Amino acid sequence: MSQPLLHALHFVLALLLSPLLFGIINRVKAKVAGRHGKPLLQTYFDLIKLLRKGCVRSDCTTPVFTLAPCIQISATVLALYFLPLGGVASPAGFAGDFLLVSYLLAAGRFVIMLAALDTGSSFEGMGASREATFSAFAEPVLFLAMIVLTSFYMDLGHSEAYAFSLGTLFGGQSALAWLNGKLELLFIPPVFFLLLLVENSRIPVDDPTTHLELTMIHEVMILDHSGPDLALILYASTVKLWFFASLIASLFIPPMQIWQESLLWLLLIFLLAVILGLLESSMARLRLHRVPALIGAAGMMAALALILSQMR
Amino acid sequence: MSLFLLSLAAFAGAALCCLSLAVLRPTRQRARLANLLGVLGASAGSAVGLWAILSTPFATPLEVTLPFGLPVGACTLSIDPLGRLFLLPVFVLGALTAVKGAFSLAHELTSHNLAVHWFFFLMLLLGMSLVMAANDTVLFLLSWEIMSLAPFFLIDFHDSEKQVRDASWIYLTAAHLGAVFLLALFVLLWQKTGTTTISSPETISIISGFSPELRSLLFVLALLGFGAKAGLAPMHVWLPEAHPAAPSHVSALLSGAMINAGLYGILRVTSILSLRSTPESWWGWTLLVLGLATALTGIFKALAQSNLKRLLAYSSVENMGIMLMGAGVGLIGYTTKNFWMTTFGFAACLYHMLNHAAFKGLLFLGAGEVLHATGTVNMAYLGGLHKKMPLLGLLFAVGAASIASLPPFNGFVSEYLLALALLDAPRLVGSEQQVGVLLSLVGLGVISGFALALYVKAYGIPFLGTPRSGFSRTVHAPTPLSLWPLVLLALLCLLLSLAAARIFPHLAGAVSSSFPPPHTWDVASLLQDATNGLSTICLTSLGLIFLSLLFLLFRSILLRGKKQEVRGTWSCGYQESSPRIQYTDAGFTEPSARFLKTLMGVTATVRLDNDIFPKESHLSVSAPPRLIRLFYTPLFQGIETVCNALKIMQHGKIHIYILYILVTLCVLLIWGVY
Repeated sequence: MSQPLLHALHFVLALLLSPLLFGIINRVKAKVAGRHGKPLLQTYFDLIKLLRKGCVRSDCTTPVFTLAPCIQISATVLALYFLPLGGVASPAGFAGDFLLVSYLLAAGRFVIMLAALDTGSSFEGMGASREATFSAFAEPVLFLAMIVLTSFYMDLGHSEAYAFSLGTLFGGQSALAWLNGKLELLFIPPVFFLLLLVENSRIPVDDPTTHLELTMIHEVMILDHSGPDLALILYASTVKLWFFASLIASLFIPPMQIWQESLLWLLLIFLLAVILGLLESSMARLRLHRVPALIGAAGMMAALALILSQMR
Repeated sequence: MSLFLLSLAAFAGAALCCLSLAVLRPTRQRARLANLLGVLGASAGSAVGLWAILSTPFATPLEVTLPFGLPVGACTLSIDPLGRLFLLPVFVLGALTAVKGAFSLAHELTSHNLAVHWFFFLMLLLGMSLVMAANDTVLFLLSWEIMSLAPFFLIDFHDSEKQVRDASWIYLTAAHLGAVFLLALFVLLWQKTGTTTISSPETISIISGFSPELRSLLFVLALLGFGAKAGLAPMHVWLPEAHPAAPSHVSALLSGAMINAGLYGILRVTSILSLRSTPESWWGWTLLVLGLATALTGIFKALAQSNLKRLLAYSSVENMGIMLMGAGVGLIGYTTKNFWMTTFGFAACLYHMLNHAAFKGLLFLGAGEVLHATGTVNMAYLGGLHKKMPLLGLLFAVGAASIASLPPFNGFVSEYLLALALLDAPRLVGSEQQVGVLLSLVGLGVISGFALALYVKAYGIPFLGTPRSGFSRTVHAPTPLSLWPLVLLALLCLLLSLAAARIFPHLAGAVSSSFPPPHTWDVASLLQDATNGLSTICLTSLGLIFLSLLFLLFRSILLRGKKQEVRGTWSCGYQESSPRIQYTDAGFTEPSARFLKTLMGVTATVRLDNDIFPKESHLSVSAPPRLIRLFYTPLFQGIETVCNALKIMQHGKIHIYILYILVTLCVLLIWGVY
């Protein structure tokens, strides 16, 4: 099978399976708490239910409110398309595509924050304000982590066009490199894991299941969305979780047979969901002013990796 | 070239007509005539000028020496690709801001002498076009002075307000202090080369023979002189004072086109100093570090502002910083003979200059509409404007998304190019250099992250939600017809992104004409890589638009025949809500202000009434300009004290003055003899 076709296949697989991640996380949390928990496919049921409903809109909103979920889901899906999926590089890859991807995700955040401000509610304004701050802190850390990988490939003597593209950075070579003793690259997966927690509003950064709006970030921004709009937002957040999980998983997949790569990819992503579930059952949300420290720790780790790799 | 001269003549002719109207007693008819003359002169001149620079092949330099020279020096004009690029925003914004200005000044026919305003507006356009084209030291300095003086009178439009008068004085001081360094620079250049021509093969070969110390001195003088115009930190203090005070169409032109002149000067001087000889390695680093510092200063101070126009002014500082970072990394690349870094760095600088002209022009004009419609640009009083003025809201949203460098708009393209240049750091020699350049890419991440937060605030707080006070409840909505300059600028924002793959080769051409690559560099493969990336970006942008529309269609199909209700915003079960519970601009940036206390410099004063039955209490949040208070005010007060001390010599007694003359003559005689 040709590369673009394989990538397309993995892409469709990712889009189909992404809601399963929430199911796994919830099931793990339930098991740890000694409950049976919701069905694994609960997110699918929720999505279908929401898509079949009508919607309620606030009287002070503008078209921004309706457009935002559509733009966010489009940006997130497009961003996922640029990632190497299951060890297969995206056919659309180019030098510096990770910048496009990170700004596409930023575009998604931008419209959702605007939609939150559009409702004129104090809670949603609060959510937008926190999201704006924390994502601003997370952006340089993402850049730093990417820089470590690009400079690693540049040091190997590759051309710019090759070294700056996601297909290379998250292709099999990175996994081979740390297996072959470039241990500083092992700092990178934890950095992406912390970024995953921040960008996807998971515990300990944000707790989507608390009963109080005052303590939330992402969930509080979408209080007024309902019906298909909410379905799109929910789906976009599952795709985004898959995006970050896939980034981390790709760093552990060495070049192998293609079916082995795909299988390992799926396994690692589901394993990450299990780890997230365990993490969320074992700790509470951090106080808001401690979050920058968490992001800072990720940044420090990435900087350490950069310095170590430059010292060699 | 004759077309370009024609456009200059149009500016000058219209300016003269306005001047003759200005000396007459102002009446309603004359004001209307001046308004018409001004906009006709500006737009005709700009249109001809635009035709002049776009109709000839981009890479061909245009040159003309007018037969009637200046007393010193020759009237030599030459437009090379670099000059062409910098003339584009002058002409495009010149025409569009003039049209917008004519619309908004039509309400002030009797309160101001409009002929004076239009005279200086046209002089500003004339000065800017001459600056970008002058190839003679004296002509350059003359046009620089025209360009620097005219805004003083434009900023001073509402001169009955003390704040406006102060702002224009601050502008004038900054402009003149900068000009002092330029005078020194060009006099030194003239003295050492023996000719007033700025760039010609002969002068270049003389300059390449200069000692490194002399060339570094020239570079530092250029950096100080032009940096003051470009708003290089810490010389940026005039921007956030002048832009809010000026009428909005003037701020748009100043911010989108005039401050570029500073960048142009830096690039031009660096280019003539680096041709045929290697630039000193610290030049590029200075530009990069200063650019980064400027951008960070700009973004953090912008985040703290609640006045929309002041916010936009600080954001101009930030964007100038990004452009200088591009120039810096380009120069580092040129010094180390790295083609990738050179091309992408300088191209990012030039591309961002064009982009910034488009979106900052749009945003300033939009802020002007807000001011006109509501009477305030203080975001704490605004809200819900999108509902009242949907078209303006949409245009402002486009501008905000562009400047926050989000696809599918243009800001992303230049940040992408800059990041590509910075990413090439591992090619440099020495790990401290590599880490230095890479860390400035992290700095770019900080800047773009906070730019996103900034423009969520700048658009979201005034335009979305519900009105926070009476200001935005009674709105004089602009007619859609008067908004067409903004529509054009918004389209330009989209076009500059979608046509990036077409535009980039011209920019690369401009870079290699000013910083010529050795023959060994592989131009074709680099262009191939760049076009590859840029066309994918263009496709992705189109894909984003298309996919969003598709999802919108999907949503409306799903909702067909279903119940769609419009209710009040959910407020935790409380039925009576108040617009005052909404987040304000200060509230929105409160988390950032807490984490970045020293950088943003936000001060909050709370006055609570602690009685048993609390009455009114007050909270005010502000971000005072610390640099002015802590540095510039003491500095200028010190200078004033010294000057006052010198008054001992100036006491009004004629016979002692005659004694001074005698002493001076004697000293000169003795000096002359020996």
